[in-house]
Amino acid sequence: MNHIALLMENQPGALSRVIGLFSQRGYNIDSLSVAPTQDETLSRLTMTIGEEGADINQILKQLYKLVDVVMVQNLSEADSLTLELALIKLNKSKTDVENLLKNYEFEREILDEKDNYTVFKVLGDTREIEKLLSELKKEDFLEVTRSGTLGMTKGNESLATNDQTKISYD
Amino acid sequence: MAKVMTSGGEALIRALADENVDIIFGYPGGAALHIYDAIYQQERVQHILVRHEQAATHAADGFARATGKPGVCLVTSGPGATNAITGIATAYMDSIPLVVISGQVPNHLIGTDAFQETDMMGISRPIVKHSFLVQKPEEIPVIVKKAFHIATSGRPGPVVIDVPKNLTDPNEKFEYKFPSDLYLRSFALYDEAQDRDVKKAVKLLTEAERPVIYAGGGAINSNAAEEIYEFGKLMGCPVTNTLMGLGVYPASDEQFVGMLGMHGTYEANMVMHEADLIMAIGARFDDRITNNPNKFGLQAKKIHIDSDPSSIDKIINVDVSMTGNAKKVISQINKELKAMNFDNKKFSPWMKKAMQWRSEHGLNHNMLNQKNTGDIILPQQVIQSAYKATGGKAFVTSDVGQHQMFAAQYYHFNEPRKWINSGGLGTMGFGLPAAMGVKFAFPDETVACITGEGSIQMCIQELSTCGQYGLPIKIINLNNRALGMVKQWQDMQYGGRYSSISYEDSLPDFIKLAESYGHVGMKVEKLSELEAAMEECFALKDKLVFLDVYVDPDEHVYPMLKAGGDMSEMFLSKTEKTFK
Repeated sequence: MNHIALLMENQPGALSRVIGLFSQRGYNIDSLSVAPTQDETLSRLTMTIGEEGADINQILKQLYKLVDVVMVQNLSEADSLTLELALIKLNKSKTDVENLLKNYEFEREILDEKDNYTVFKVLGDTREIEKLLSELKKEDFLEVTRSGTLGMTKGNESLATNDQTKISYD
Repeated sequence: MAKVMTSGGEALIRALADENVDIIFGYPGGAALHIYDAIYQQERVQHILVRHEQAATHAADGFARATGKPGVCLVTSGPGATNAITGIATAYMDSIPLVVISGQVPNHLIGTDAFQETDMMGISRPIVKHSFLVQKPEEIPVIVKKAFHIATSGRPGPVVIDVPKNLTDPNEKFEYKFPSDLYLRSFALYDEAQDRDVKKAVKLLTEAERPVIYAGGGAINSNAAEEIYEFGKLMGCPVTNTLMGLGVYPASDEQFVGMLGMHGTYEANMVMHEADLIMAIGARFDDRITNNPNKFGLQAKKIHIDSDPSSIDKIINVDVSMTGNAKKVISQINKELKAMNFDNKKFSPWMKKAMQWRSEHGLNHNMLNQKNTGDIILPQQVIQSAYKATGGKAFVTSDVGQHQMFAAQYYHFNEPRKWINSGGLGTMGFGLPAAMGVKFAFPDETVACITGEGSIQMCIQELSTCGQYGLPIKIINLNNRALGMVKQWQDMQYGGRYSSISYEDSLPDFIKLAESYGHVGMKVEKLSELEAAMEECFALKDKLVFLDVYVDPDEHVYPMLKAGGDMSEMFLSKTEKTFK
């Protein structure tokens, strides 16, 4: 599983170029999260590519080639933090859910419940969330929604943006 | 300076003029009418009215390929935009700088399925280098400047500017400001290679025993012909060009082994297969070159120069890569080779080997003089005759199919930008409109369109444009009464089952057709008449001539690489092949 962090211009059409590139080049995105950053002219994405054998370097180069893409980084090659939020609604009582979650380390909170259902959030590692989901049976679920993985490198570095490149004409 | 007040439409045309554009190709329609009104009221930019938007893009593309400057076209929304798509994709695949301006329905109607609305940004997205949807009329000059910069820099490509009609309203004026500088965030351009990589490359080059220089369209885009010639001479080794690269190294030079790949020469493909060093310059190891990539250049170390980092290690992993401008990188390498007084004598046995391959199975460039087929005209003879009649100096555009391969093989291109064809996308219908673009760029030069009766009918309506603007293009139609390349594949791979390739009974009389547009039509059916007709065709300086040549319908293009094989596995004729 590869997590890619990407900064792009916060402009209409920019996201569709990034996503379009994946289908165009025959790659699959497992998850994607996107929102503006502290600089409102930039949006930041984290993408997860699970596919075995995908040529990540080629994907990174193709992404960086897009004019709207300012910076790309493969978080999986760096010492990084990743985090995912999931909201899960199950056909189970609160007690059953609490039992179920005992073996997991991620943060959890029950948000809504009655006798025949429980809504809870979990916040943690994507793999752990996926392990939980795979443990459940199809009929246990009412619905699930996930944020997609968010990621950044550890340490005091940032996904630096080059300053605007000035192109002068004589 | 006095303030200049313009509407969006006027700003657009003025910005084109300020970008030194003097000609654009297009077709008007509702959403573009404000822009057309602005064109009418100025003289700096000439508009050429084509007969179909596909032709506008191909004409702009031909103009760009011949001049190295960006081509510009203007179309309306909806069908105007969708008709332009094939031409945009053609330019995208061959990395040609185009700026395509499309009218769009007014802002407030976008998304309502308005009359002649189509999502041009969405439809064109996978086949453009970049695209802009204009949001405010004031930003038009900056967008135009950015579009030209993006289209022409690095690996060139088409850029679309989609302009909603209300933003070109003649009644809404604003102050026109053409920017002197541009700001683009993180727009990486690669220029020279790093010294370290140049040294590594030179080491591999000088330590090799059997090097080959393989140059493609990127070498032409970066105007590297002079540097590559010098490099070729410093190395004294075989040089091959791709279909897109023909002319970047002179075809008449003794080191030139011809085009490589699917229909490359025997000697070029053998050289590639047996080389111990492959030096790729502005070429992308396309599937029509490498044949089976897993069997490609197994004995060779590889060096790759490309302006696009994503081309490197995409198909073939290389030992040394240099992302940069081929002209500058080759100069760097030449400088090193000269500084070390490199003696290329050790490559002469290898060069001799290449010449031996040529003498064994090279192309026969003397077919025109060997009149052993009776009256039957072979397509190769037509190309040889055209070469002879033009002294090899013409701009030659082509369509797609057998005639394209025969032209590439038999018309010797000694200069870059003289051979203009759709290599990547393989677009039938490209040849005639591309020739128009070339002729507008070089009105005093000879421009020939080598085509077939299949391809020419895909943009035949442009005979009307040629009439309107008096474009004396020479159309050499290799008429074999069938879709020849498809037929060849059906012969070779489908047991001769000719599925949907024939229309012999319903072909137009091309002579009458040309005449009905005010042109000259000539028909040649016998070999004995070919050369005189060809001479006459090119001697009629002021007329478009449609030379309809009936060629042998059963001829195949050879050599041809065996599907899935390596580069030494070729069919050499209907009866000979290099593999078991």
